[in-house]
This record gives sequence, C-alpha cells and structure tokens, in this order.
Amino acid sequence: MIWQLDLILCIFIVICAVAAITIKDLLAAVIILGAYSFFMCILYTGMGAVDVAFTEASVSAGVGTVLFVAAVSKTKRRSKD
Amino acid sequence: MLEYIISKYNFWVYVILLLIGLYAMVGKKNLVKKLIGMNIFQSAVILFYVSIGVKKGGATVPIFLGNAHAAHGHGHAIIDVASYINPLPHVLMLTAIVVSIATTGVALAVLILIFRRYKTLELDEIMKIRKETGV
Repeated sequence: MIWQLDLILCIFIVICAVAAITIKDLLAAVIILGAYSFFMCILYTGMGAVDVAFTEASVSAGVGTVLFVAAVSKTKRRSKD
Repeated sequence: MLEYIISKYNFWVYVILLLIGLYAMVGKKNLVKKLIGMNIFQSAVILFYVSIGVKKGGATVPIFLGNAHAAHGHGHAIIDVASYINPLPHVLMLTAIVVSIATTGVALAVLILIFRRYKTLELDEIMKIRKETGV
C-alpha cells in the first residue's frame, strides 16, 4: 500500500475517534463513529483484507450506525460530557 | 531509530485507539459515550489482528489463481505461501466484527430500558437516584 495514504488514513481515524468521544451532541458522535468505521474499512482494503473490509462496511458502519441512531432517537440527544 | 518507529506506525495507531477507547469507557459519564468507547476499543483490537497478517514484498489477496504445474492433470498444485497474505487473522476478525455488533445491540437495548426507568443516561444522576430511592 502507498504509505502516504496509509498514514493519512491513520491520522483521520485517530481524529474521528477523539471527536466521537468529545462531542456533546450524541447524534453527531454516532455519525462520526460511522465515518470512523468507513475509514477503518478503507485501511483494511489497503492491507489486503477485503473480506474484513466489506464486513466492516456493511455490519459495523451500516447496521451499527442504524442501531445507534435508533437508540439515540428513543432516548436523550444531549450529553453532559 | 526514527525509521524503525515510523515503519511500525500501524501498531502505534492501534495502541492510541485502544487507550482512547479505554478512556471513554472509564472516564466518560454518559452511557452512550461509554458504548462508543467500547466500539473503538474493539475495532482497535481488530486493526491489530489484521495488521499481523500483512506481508511485504509483493504478497497479494489470498485468492488461489492456479499455476502452470497443475494444468497437466497430474501432480499437486504448488502454492507459494510467501506470495499470499495470511488469511487466518482475517477469518478470526470476521467473527469478531459480528460479535461486536451483537454486543452493541444488546447494550443499546439495556440502555433504552435504563432510560425508561430513570429518565436519564448520565451515570452520576442514575447513581444519585438509586441512592435516594434505595432501589
């Protein structure tokens, strides 16, 4: 894999992880977690793990985000920390 | 030394993500934030396992393409192991991704039940209500 692209993806992943746990709006945090999963999926594709990549994209980024959004819409959207 | 550190940056990112997830699980008071931290923790472990299987030097995706020796009809196909990425960690991590989404689903269901009972998702407020009412 091209190492520059790999490094940029790693930096994006860390930024997304930090943003997902610091943002006070829970819906925004959940959507950023979905973006984190998609960046992780691109990283797996670069490593040659294609099966892991499409499982991550469909299950973790797709179904996981839907479950989180459903749960947040059933409960409160604001968080204190 | 610097080159040695930079050449293993996948592992550094994995350690950083692991610690971010651990901090969110321990330090954050909101229960959804704790769950997000658990997701980050799990995907950091998955990233570590997938990184183990990578080989340098022209290794490709583990799909067997056949070779010229097997085309004659006799003799076994010779598989050059060094030209394929190790598929064992990938198969293990497929199971781990599905298990992680199952645990997340159960945790969200429990979280909705907690919200219906206590009308809040902050851990300190829940503990205060439990201490006041004695339930």
